[in-house]
Amino acid sequence: MTSLAIIDSGGANITSLLSAFERLDVTAELSRDAAVIRDADRVVLPGVGAAHDAMTRLREANLVDVIRGLRQPVLGVCLGMQLLCDASEEDDVDCLGIVPGVAQKLPVGDNCPVPNMGWCATRFTASHPVLRGLEQDDYFYYVHSYAVPESECTIATATHTRTFSAMLARDNFVAAQFHPERSSKAGSRILNNFLGWSP
Amino acid sequence: MFYDITASPDRRTVDRAWVNSVARLLDIPFCVAGGIKTLADAEDVLHKGADKISVNSPALADPDLIGKLARRFGSQCVVIGIDSQAEGDDWFVYQYTGDPDKTQSAQRRTLDWVREVQDRGAGEIVLNCMNQDGVRRGYDCEQLGAVRAVCNVPLIASGGAGAREHFRDVFAAANVDGALAASVFHSAEIPIPELKQYLLEQQVDIRL
Repeated sequence: MTSLAIIDSGGANITSLLSAFERLDVTAELSRDAAVIRDADRVVLPGVGAAHDAMTRLREANLVDVIRGLRQPVLGVCLGMQLLCDASEEDDVDCLGIVPGVAQKLPVGDNCPVPNMGWCATRFTASHPVLRGLEQDDYFYYVHSYAVPESECTIATATHTRTFSAMLARDNFVAAQFHPERSSKAGSRILNNFLGWSP
Repeated sequence: MFYDITASPDRRTVDRAWVNSVARLLDIPFCVAGGIKTLADAEDVLHKGADKISVNSPALADPDLIGKLARRFGSQCVVIGIDSQAEGDDWFVYQYTGDPDKTQSAQRRTLDWVREVQDRGAGEIVLNCMNQDGVRRGYDCEQLGAVRAVCNVPLIASGGAGAREHFRDVFAAANVDGALAASVFHSAEIPIPELKQYLLEQQVDIRL
């Protein structure tokens, strides 16, 4: 049985994430304890709210270097994905710098209000073990105002006025801008693939 | 969308244990409505696993509540429900519609209220057209089109769905972002997978 730690970055509503893993028969532990996070077989970095607040909470809990040093599979979700990047233009804040890229404000476009909130067709642009069994252009559920441009670490894209990174991967880190825990069967498939992934 | 429509007229809040059991079962986003009057009510419902909260009568009673909710939780989870019907050549808002004996006019023009709730931070609007509600003769495309013209956030049509063509018509005529229905789904008169397949064939962008 794999042990799974969800990093408690404070304020985040993680009920839906805990429930999604419960449906896959995995009991996740919500924690901000460095030892628990370091020892877990797998780690999830969730996040809602603003990048600056989330980084401040990670710093206050002395988790910045802990997260940078993780060698087990790590999944970033939504703001958690942006936190793994170099920085965010939201409040101009430095992030963890594990995956290259800077989160930028989504431009408002015709029929594309910001925040981008809803189901977007998502295109897989590279192969990765967590994408196993997914169909090209499957829909996932997004809620965000900032997005990371495409880079060499992009493994999936979606478009809302402009095309952005829907998923990023580097070494033992993988991350999704959408909410797999609220993306029906396709989302559940990604979580299940993550639980079986050995980088 | 989960409505506890008698919560406000009965001065209750939606049952939290029930919200939590639904959140644990469901793998798609869901919204909860019913008697959410304070930041604490909203926080509790969101922490029990709801993705969004919808506020109707309490926002009419205290419009500042909308801004407080949006600043605390973000516009993306603040949905404003509006019950509206035609009177003469205009549309007006009603409140406490969960109980026919308590339903009353909110003394506001619908289009004014739609503009105001957006200015105050609403992230989505569900417009329930009361004239059509429950009669299954199609959505009120005229009213929804008028609201669409002043609504820059996602707009969900509610009230009147009786046939799959009604869904096609409201997307085509009023350019809404979503169409809500209850009775035709609960009775299984319109199976959801078939409806989605039909709408896809009718060029509506929809997840199957």
